[in-house]
Amino acid sequence: MSEAIREANGEGRAALVVYLPAGFPDMDTSRACLEAAAEAGADLLEVGFPYSDPLMDGPVIQQANQVAMDAGYTPHDDIEMCAQLDANLDIPSLVMTYYNICWHYRAPDRLAGFARAAADAGLSGAIVPDLPVAESAPWLRVAADVGLASVFLAASTSDDAHLASAADASTGFVYATSTLGVTGTRESLSQRAEPLVSRLRAVTDRPVCVGIGVSTADHAAAVAGFADGVIVGSAAVRAAADGGPVAVKRLVAALAQGCRRGYRAPASSESAR
Amino acid sequence: MHDGHFGRFGGRFVPEVLTTTLDELETAFDKAQADETFAAQMDALRRDYGGRPTKLYLAEHLTAHAGGARIYLKREDLAHTGSHKLCNVLGQGLLAQRMDKRRLIAETGAGQHGVATATIAALLGMECRVYMGEEDCRRQRLNVVRMQLMGAEVTPVTTGTRTLKDAINETMRDWVTNVETTHYLLGSVVGPHPFPMIVREFVKVIGEEVRGELLEREGRLPDAVMACVGGGSNAMGMFHRFITDETVRLIGVEAGGHGLDTDQHSATLVAGTEGILHGARSYVLQDDYGQVHPTHSISAGLDYPGVGPEHAWLRDTGRAEYRAATDAQALEGFRLLCELEGIIPALESAHAVVPAVELARELGPDGIIVVNLSGRGDKDVDEVSHVLEMVTPSDGESDVHAPDRSPAHPPRSSARTSDSPQRAASSSTGGEEG
Repeated sequence: MSEAIREANGEGRAALVVYLPAGFPDMDTSRACLEAAAEAGADLLEVGFPYSDPLMDGPVIQQANQVAMDAGYTPHDDIEMCAQLDANLDIPSLVMTYYNICWHYRAPDRLAGFARAAADAGLSGAIVPDLPVAESAPWLRVAADVGLASVFLAASTSDDAHLASAADASTGFVYATSTLGVTGTRESLSQRAEPLVSRLRAVTDRPVCVGIGVSTADHAAAVAGFADGVIVGSAAVRAAADGGPVAVKRLVAALAQGCRRGYRAPASSESAR
Repeated sequence: MHDGHFGRFGGRFVPEVLTTTLDELETAFDKAQADETFAAQMDALRRDYGGRPTKLYLAEHLTAHAGGARIYLKREDLAHTGSHKLCNVLGQGLLAQRMDKRRLIAETGAGQHGVATATIAALLGMECRVYMGEEDCRRQRLNVVRMQLMGAEVTPVTTGTRTLKDAINETMRDWVTNVETTHYLLGSVVGPHPFPMIVREFVKVIGEEVRGELLEREGRLPDAVMACVGGGSNAMGMFHRFITDETVRLIGVEAGGHGLDTDQHSATLVAGTEGILHGARSYVLQDDYGQVHPTHSISAGLDYPGVGPEHAWLRDTGRAEYRAATDAQALEGFRLLCELEGIIPALESAHAVVPAVELARELGPDGIIVVNLSGRGDKDVDEVSHVLEMVTPSDGESDVHAPDRSPAHPPRSSARTSDSPQRAASSSTGGEEG
């Protein structure tokens, strides 16, 4: 997964990570939307597995999750969709879901069962936003066993010790949250993102991607000026809701342009490569 | 119990953005605990503002009605704001002040914790927002008005179940966004570490008072202490001091809703499975995939699919017992206290009454039971009159009647000393536990 980000950077652009939930508005359309994102220039896909209590998510993603759950899809259906996705695409995908979903998958195997199913479905990694590093040892063990990368969140409120531990535990990339708050589109990009990325650079060589509140091509261009990757969620979900795969494709193409237009290689890591 | 775990339960499953703040909260709490001025401030406020210690009342008529053990009521309903909730908000409000947070946010189900939080915010001059499920705003309207009168902003939550679970989600989302200026004044022994520990420490005064006073009056410890359990704060407050008194049974009563054979209940410890919800590992009412179930209870304060992790641990170690009382049994307990004792209890607290009557009969006249009467029922009067009319006509739940149709004890004098046949019949249906 970090290779995909470094490869994009090598081609002179920030990597573009696009989030869409499985099963929204239905399973086939969600797969078509993810494929459209890939075609339009996404470097990584983040597939949301809906959960009843998504406390890191704002209204757009909450509602999409609710639609998928109301349709009766289970995490097993989500995994199956990912397997089909993997057969059709050559870019990496990761799952984003909450810890209770991971922990319940294929009881009694639980975490190990989830990690194995994810790896078997071709997923490259996982983001579990309510799993902080301090609680992550059981997950990291089973994820490492099957070669799944783990992505942890880093926030501007975290002290340097927490930032360093989040970066160390992140085997894919570090997810820097651009702003305080839950997922959702924002009018303007928060001023907190750039200083946070600088702080992370001081403690890690891992790729740093910025998400939460990154909604437009201009935001993407701005983030590409200081980060290795740009993560867009709610804006993509809104496009999927409004115009399906066609709208997703249009949005992602514009975001990809932003990632190219604004990209500046970080001075220090450039020489390291 | 260290690092926020109670056996395998508890922990801190929250977004990274909150972890530093939770560390700071724990540090502030530890410092306050070691600080005599904090203790003095708490004592003075509890006493002069909060009305503590609350009374321990021997409910003679309920005792006579049960015909067994003496039943004492711990009168938390007489505390300021009308429930035990003030103990916790006083403590956390002062902590927030010490942490330089000027804004308090809180979730509330029945509105009791919301009212307590609005109260402390007014007292300390802080900004306050309370999240409350839309459905709960309706059924506990009086408490919404009380909060507003004290200057709090009440935000109805329209997502998910529109009850306590989603009010907590929404409060968490606010906190994630405003964590630098805001303290989340969590209202129960739930949530990520250090909340279950902090809330317990602030409410354990309930059991301490009971223990001291009962030893003085009866010369011995009770056979059992009982309390309703939603998230579990009033029960933990009652239980904690007695955990090491091995002869004292600790009995929690969850909301059995329409019955445990339906999916319309909130009996998490009796019928739930292990999972992770709202920042902690505990028991959860959920499906096989980990999706959390909607719950039901006649009482908004117990209508919650999770429960505090320390209760999960007390359950698994066998130190505490948990059972469920149905909506109908809660209404029965409500009516018993109204008519026999002249006390209108909160519907939440009323859940413990019928199980207490049953236990009193099991224990016999030498026994002593203390029930935590965690709140008063003014807030429930509208809802109860509404519900009683709905279930009164011949729908089979023959033990529930509107007061004007069939008083619990038509001949007042005899009712206090002997069982009516109707009463005996209703209590035979009251043994539902898991």
